[in-house]
Amino acid sequence: MSDAHTHDGHDHGIGHVSPVWMLLGVFALLIFFTVLTVAVTYVDLGSANIWIALAVAVVKGALVGLYFMHLRYDSPFNSLILVTAFLFLAVFIGIALMDTGEYQQNIPPPATVRPVAG
Amino acid sequence: MSVIQDPVNAGVTSGQQEPGGTNYINHSKGALSWLLTLDHKRIGLMYMVMVLAAFLLGGSFAVALRTLLFLRAAPDVAPMTPASQDLYNQFFTLHGAILVFMFIIPAVPAILGNMILPLMLGAKDVAFPRLNLLSWYCYMAGGGFFLYVLLSGGLDTGWTFYTPYSTSTNTSVAAATLGAFVLGFSSILTGLNFIATIHMLRPPGMGWFQMPLFLWALYATSVIQVLATPVLAITLLLLFAERVLHVGIFDPALGGDPVLFQHFFWFYSHPAVYIMILPAMGIISELMATFCRRQIFGYSFIAFSSIAIALLGFLVWGHHMYTTQSAMANAVFSLITFSVAIPSAIKVFNWLATMYKGSISLATPMLYSLAFIWLFTIGGLTGVFLGSLSLDIMAHDTTFVVAHFHSVMVGSMLTAFLGGMYYWWPKMFGKMYNETVAKVAWFLIFIGFNLTFFVLFVAGSQGMPRRYADFLPEFAIYHKISTVGSYVLAIGLFLVLYNWIHSLLAGRKAPQNPWGGNTLEWHTSSPPPHENFIEEPFVSEPYQMHAWDYDESIDGYVFNRARAEELEKQGHH
Amino acid sequence: MSSEHEQSNHAANGDHHHPAHLAHHFETPEQQFESGKLGMWVFLATEILMFGGLFCAYAIYRGNHQDVFLYGYGALDKMWGATNTVVLLASSLTMAWGVRAAQKGQQKLLVAMLIATFMGGVGFMCIKGVEYQQKWKHNLFPGTMNAFYYEGGQAKYPEKLKHAIEFIDGRNSGGEASGGGGHAPAGHESTDDSKPVEHSDTVEADSASPVIIPAVFGAPADVSTIKPPANPTEQGVLDSAIDQAGDGSTPSAAHTQILWNDLSGAEQKKVHLFFGIYFMMTGLHGLHVLIGMVLIAWLTFKAFKGQFSKDYFAPVDIGGLYWHLVDLIWIFLFPLLYLIH
Repeated sequence: MSDAHTHDGHDHGIGHVSPVWMLLGVFALLIFFTVLTVAVTYVDLGSANIWIALAVAVVKGALVGLYFMHLRYDSPFNSLILVTAFLFLAVFIGIALMDTGEYQQNIPPPATVRPVAG
Repeated sequence: MSVIQDPVNAGVTSGQQEPGGTNYINHSKGALSWLLTLDHKRIGLMYMVMVLAAFLLGGSFAVALRTLLFLRAAPDVAPMTPASQDLYNQFFTLHGAILVFMFIIPAVPAILGNMILPLMLGAKDVAFPRLNLLSWYCYMAGGGFFLYVLLSGGLDTGWTFYTPYSTSTNTSVAAATLGAFVLGFSSILTGLNFIATIHMLRPPGMGWFQMPLFLWALYATSVIQVLATPVLAITLLLLFAERVLHVGIFDPALGGDPVLFQHFFWFYSHPAVYIMILPAMGIISELMATFCRRQIFGYSFIAFSSIAIALLGFLVWGHHMYTTQSAMANAVFSLITFSVAIPSAIKVFNWLATMYKGSISLATPMLYSLAFIWLFTIGGLTGVFLGSLSLDIMAHDTTFVVAHFHSVMVGSMLTAFLGGMYYWWPKMFGKMYNETVAKVAWFLIFIGFNLTFFVLFVAGSQGMPRRYADFLPEFAIYHKISTVGSYVLAIGLFLVLYNWIHSLLAGRKAPQNPWGGNTLEWHTSSPPPHENFIEEPFVSEPYQMHAWDYDESIDGYVFNRARAEELEKQGHH
Repeated sequence: MSSEHEQSNHAANGDHHHPAHLAHHFETPEQQFESGKLGMWVFLATEILMFGGLFCAYAIYRGNHQDVFLYGYGALDKMWGATNTVVLLASSLTMAWGVRAAQKGQQKLLVAMLIATFMGGVGFMCIKGVEYQQKWKHNLFPGTMNAFYYEGGQAKYPEKLKHAIEFIDGRNSGGEASGGGGHAPAGHESTDDSKPVEHSDTVEADSASPVIIPAVFGAPADVSTIKPPANPTEQGVLDSAIDQAGDGSTPSAAHTQILWNDLSGAEQKKVHLFFGIYFMMTGLHGLHVLIGMVLIAWLTFKAFKGQFSKDYFAPVDIGGLYWHLVDLIWIFLFPLLYLIH
């Protein structure tokens, strides 16, 4: 059964119509979090700062995704696509970061230019 | 399913004909009717012409580089000079870059996928026909960049564009990166289209597990195309910025990290290996079922192993970097690399089990599937050797690696592609090819390929480095044999081309279903009409071979609707 | 396989009216709408992974060169960043509102909302332009144009380097930063010009001896010739920007202050990398804003001509998704680039 055939709605409109109060409410929250994330930088929390900033960004991103982009009311598969993208991104960054310990601050310049191997 | 149809005689007619007998090829005329077409079949054909042209070009460079190595084995004839070394670097780079980006990656999805996927779904087109056409134009633009590279100093970085050499060489790296970038878009658009099409345009009655396995393979491929190619895009953009602005992210002289480039590059390019091989595996599943005339063995295992390969394929890129990355990363990547062998082997065993007690017909496509299994087993098992750290450190950058990945990316992929082309050729053009010539060509290709690459396993295990224009005298014999093999391979491929052209000009008219397959593309005429199906096809279990009867008068199979319905009922009770 | 399902569906298909906006290969408008959305989401996934490469490069370099990032970010103005965040969020609001208007068939409101969204894009790009102009003025463009660019272990532009060090050290020590954010762009620019005068003596005195960095990469850089223009007493001067965020009296002393001389020789040669990454990230994002603006202009045109209705608004919805994604990416770029701590 293809996904499109599962529901047969013709009479009601296509998609979810967001009420104005919800749009404005989400916007107000987004502004609040923006102010919050800037304000937090004036408090020294050591390495926690970056994580707080990222957590706030994730919350803001989730608000945009769920309400402005209708994910909350959409086919769950669209959310799955988004989550998959972030998951693969995490794999990419996570494993690449495993290698940072090997980074050499100073590399002596090569004596001669050689063809690259690979 | 149109109701007004005599169920017994349905399909006895030579199929679904448009009024006036037109088909998608002669449906409309003029260059613009092709260049602006939104028909997936025509776009598939246009892809076919260009991709085969790229194959010819890249293949010529391959033969040229083998020839240079052959000459090197006879130093009296052609002494080594800096110029000939440069030429060698150019040849191996261009052969790799053109064949990878312009042939292996688009070949199966863009030609056969475009052509067959909507037909297999009983659909009129892909979900986004305009994006499909845009994808072809992206391919053309990318090809244009590569042509520019050829005319403006060439390229000598290897297809991998490793930094820092690629940021300092004075060949046309910038144009090549732009070309590969645009080709990436073409690949993304195809993948995106296939995902949406398979999700949204499956006919009623075809659930996910009633899909032909070729579609599962294309779906898995599309997931990789969509999730991996953008990383190639940003890699190439950064490399471009590196060349033009010297931003320094990948350049150690500017404080950058060349190993980071390798991570970026292989995060795409390892999954890309599965973009090349997964659709090939999908073709083999179709061929195995049709030419063994039986239900494919372990349908769901084959389907899920495609998805498993696609996902695991993202976690093993570091096995290209055993000599450059940290020990920790090495250990993790080695472990996961071994695990990819499991779904690959599942497929091979399922194909073998399908053949067991099947009534095997050794038609040309089937011969190619057998060649595929042979070459894929060699390529796959040597991949397991190379997945083990200690061995890879030794074999890294030797011709052992070259032979390994050519067995998979060229041997397996090419045999599956050719098998698929022969299999669907009658459907695409409505013409049969000469079976004898096809078999001779198959033999030459099989022998030629093994001759070319088997000796490279031996040479590599004895220490012959890859990408070297020069070698010690003891390697001369391997290079001579390998070059002779490449000539045999080339002759075989030209014979294929001859056979195809001959078929177009003078081939016998093809029946609707020459092989007896039951996937939906065989339920329409050969070649199909403009909108694929005049009547809705009968959707049933994709490998139900018994719904078709052989008819000697047309040398093809005829659909027995009554029996098909009967079998369908039995299957449900 | 579910023959009753087939029959009902295809019987319905026979007398189904095929609206003009429904492509021939779709059966129902809903199928077409859902397909378009699915396609756009898949495309957005590719966008996320493409930007992901930049985030990966960012993470690696920030992990390896913490101090370089702490230093380099001093050249950025967090208030402009925050303002741009608000501008983009507001344009996301109008976009979502526009989709609502389209769904309800409110033609005029739709056009108004699309124009507002477009203006949000214009505002964002203008502010970005002001920021870029400031970087240009201080020679902080990426690669060989950057004041911190080293060639063969030696600063390529010793004069520009001094100026840039002065600029960033001044801001990092809190003195110069007071010119930022809260003021109009023009005032901001002029402050930058006038301020360095108090340090200019130091610079002049040193300019006779060129900045020589030993050619061997590994050796510690000899930067003693450059005196730090900042003096500690300047620390704690408020960034007037705070006025907008807080009560205007929050001390910024909690900040980790990184000055040029706090960086090791090797790190000093990598400051230009921060700008490389900054420009790659914001540049690619800016390009996406521009593409989004073209898309919205096209939607506005179509909406103006009344081509959308309750039944057909898919392009607005799908174009909106793209615009929201551009916003989403900025939501992450902003704290990572402008709020480094």
